[in-house]
Amino acid sequence: MSGTFLGMPAFPRNAEKALADSQLRFNLRKATHTIRGRRASVVEELPDWQGLRAAGKAIKDDTLRNLERHLLQAERMVTEAGGHVHWAADAEEANRIVADLVRATGQTEVVKVKSMATQEIGLNEALAAEGVTAYETDLAELIVQLGDDWPSHILVPAIHRNRSEIREIFLDHMGEWGRPAPANLTDEPKTLAEAARLHLRERFLSTKVGVSGANFLIAETGTLVVLESEGNGRMCLTLPETLISVVGIEKILPTWRDLEVFLQLLPRSSTGERMNPYTSMWTGAAEGQEFHLVLLDNGRTDVLADEVGRQALRCIRCSACLNVCPVYERVGGHAYGSVYPGPIGAILTPQLRGMGSELDASLPYASSLCGACYDVCPVAIDIPEVLVHLRAKAPHRPAERLGLKAASWVLDRPARLRRVQRLASRFRGLVPKRSLPGPGAAWTQTRDVPSVPEESFRDWWDRTEGGAR
Amino acid sequence: MSSRDVILARVRAAVAGSAPVGEAARAYRAPDGGAADLELFAERVRDYRAVVHVVPDDEVPAAVAAALAARGARRVVVPAGLPEEWLAALPGLERLVDDPPLAASALDAADGVLSACAAGVAETGTIVLDAGPGQGRRALTLLPDYHLCVVRAAQVVASVPDAVARLDPVRPLTWISGPSATSDIELNRVEGVHGPRTLEVIVAEPGTRTS
Ligand code: SF4
Repeated sequence: MSGTFLGMPAFPRNAEKALADSQLRFNLRKATHTIRGRRASVVEELPDWQGLRAAGKAIKDDTLRNLERHLLQAERMVTEAGGHVHWAADAEEANRIVADLVRATGQTEVVKVKSMATQEIGLNEALAAEGVTAYETDLAELIVQLGDDWPSHILVPAIHRNRSEIREIFLDHMGEWGRPAPANLTDEPKTLAEAARLHLRERFLSTKVGVSGANFLIAETGTLVVLESEGNGRMCLTLPETLISVVGIEKILPTWRDLEVFLQLLPRSSTGERMNPYTSMWTGAAEGQEFHLVLLDNGRTDVLADEVGRQALRCIRCSACLNVCPVYERVGGHAYGSVYPGPIGAILTPQLRGMGSELDASLPYASSLCGACYDVCPVAIDIPEVLVHLRAKAPHRPAERLGLKAASWVLDRPARLRRVQRLASRFRGLVPKRSLPGPGAAWTQTRDVPSVPEESFRDWWDRTEGGAR
Repeated sequence: MSSRDVILARVRAAVAGSAPVGEAARAYRAPDGGAADLELFAERVRDYRAVVHVVPDDEVPAAVAAALAARGARRVVVPAGLPEEWLAALPGLERLVDDPPLAASALDAADGVLSACAAGVAETGTIVLDAGPGQGRRALTLLPDYHLCVVRAAQVVASVPDAVARLDPVRPLTWISGPSATSDIELNRVEGVHGPRTLEVIVAEPGTRTS
C-alpha cells in the first residue's frame, strides 16, 4: 500500500493520539452525524431497499465466484472497443505500467480524479519519482494534497478539516501548486469552492493525460463507470487525449443490467442523495481518446482465497460503515494507518497486506463488534463476522490471547460480570488511573479506564428495587 | 508467466472448491415501462436546486428564448442535430457550432450550452446524455458554466431500472443530477465547482396550452 503509511505505529497508539485531538473529534462527529441522517432518509424512501441490498450482495458474490470468466470477458470487450488492457499483480507493477504509459505520451503532468486504488498503490509518489507530477482535482483530495496531509475518510478525505482550516491551507499552499488563492479568501464554503474552481480550471484545459479509478467495470459490455459530484471527474475523463484507469479486479459487475441495482445502492449509501450529481460511463476508446485499463490484483486474490474474508471484496466504498461506527467517530481515519479506514479498513487492510506488521495485526481489534456497520452496508458485508474470523487468525502474544479469553468468559455470563464488577469495586484503589497492566493494556491504550463506581449498577438496582427506595 | 496468467491462476485457485454461485435473485421493483410522472421528475430536479420549467411542446421556443435572455447568454454552444424549431424565437443568437471541433478554451468562454438529452429519470431527478443528436461530444455540456437542457415528456422514465434498460452502453453516457456540487467542506452541499454551475431544464409536455 501507499508509502505514506509505511512504518505506521499500531492502531491503539494512533487512536490514543487522535482521541486527544478535540478539534478532530468535533469535526468528525458533526460530519458523520449529518451524513448518517441524510442516508437514512433517502434509504427509507425506497420501498424495496432490502431487495436491492440482497441483489447487490448476490451480484457481487457472482462477480467473485466467477471472477476469471468475468475478467476475461471484460478484457475482450474493452479491447474490441479500442481500449488497451494491462494486468498488474502488485502495486509496483501497476505503478510501472502507468509511469511507462505517461512517459510514452511525452507528458510530465497528469490530472487525477479521486481513486482509492491509486492511493492504495501510492501512484502519486511513484510518478513523482519518475519526474511526473500528479494533480489531485477532487476538492477534498486537493485539500489533503495542499495540506501535505493524509486522507481520513473514503468519501470525504478531508472530513477532519473544518472550513477555517481549509481556508488557511488554500491561502498558504495553492500558490506552490499553481494559481494562488485570492488574498481576500473567506471561509464561506461557496468562496472556497470558487477558489478551487479557478485554481484547477487552466490545468483541466491544458493537461493531456488523465488518471482515474472506477466504481464499476461491466464485464458484459466493457463499460467503465465513475460516480462523482464536482465535475472534476468529467474533466479528467473527457478532456485529456490519453486516459489511464486503474481498477481493482473486484470492481467487476457481470452485466449491464446490474447497474440498475448499484446506481440505486451507492449514491444513497454514500452521500445520502437520490443520485450523485455526475456519473460518467464509457466503453473503450470513447470520442477518439486513447484508453488504457490497468487491472490490479495487489493482494485481492489472497482475500478471495479466504471463504469468510472474501466478502470484503463486495465493498463498493460507499463509506456508510464509517459514518455509523462509534470507534471511527472517536479516533478518525488516520488511526487505521491505511487508505481504507473504519470498519471496512479493519477487515480489508489486514487481508490485503497480511497481518505481518503490528498495525495490521491490531486492526481486527479496532471495533466493538456492535454491528451497526453490517446493518447499513448496501452489499450486506458481515463485518463483525470477518473481524472475529481475523482475530482468530491474527498472531497474538499468549498473554493477549488469555486476556481475550478471559474477557469473553466474563462477558458471556451476567453472573460472572456481576462478580467481577463487585471485585473491581472492592479493589478500586488499586486500579491505575490511565491504563490496565498486562493483557488489559491493549484495550486501555485506546480508552480511558472507566472509574469504578463504589457500587455496581446491578447492585444498586437490587438494593433499591430499581430506584424505588 | 505473464502477470495476466499469474493473476488468472491465483483467481482460479482462490475459488476452486467454493460452492457455485448462480445468477442473482432480483427481488426489487423491475422496470415498468409505463408513463412516468412528469410532476415528480420536475420536483426531483428542483430538489437539486436546478431551475425547471414545464411547458407544452409548442412553447419550447419561447421558453428557450426567455431562459437565455434571463441569463444574458448571447454566445451559445449549439450541438449538431438540435431541433431547429427550439431556436425559432432567437434569430439573432450567436451559435457556436462544433464543426470543426471547438477548442476547450472557446467552450470555456461560451455563455452557455443548449442541449437535448437521451433520457430523464423521475424518481431521482436525473437527466442522461448519450452524445446523440442535439447533445454532441461530452465536453460541449461540461465546459460552459450554464447548461440549458430540453427534455421531452416521452424521454422521462419512472426509475433507474427503466433508464438502464433504455440506454446503449456503447455510447458515452453522462448522468446529470443537478448542477455540479461538492459536500467536501463540512459536508455542506455547495452548488458549483467544476461542472456547469447553473443547470436549467425545460420539460416539454405533449400538446398545446389549454387554459
Ligand atoms: S463495507 Fe459496506 S458500508 Fe462499508 S464502505 Fe464497503 S460497501 Fe460501504
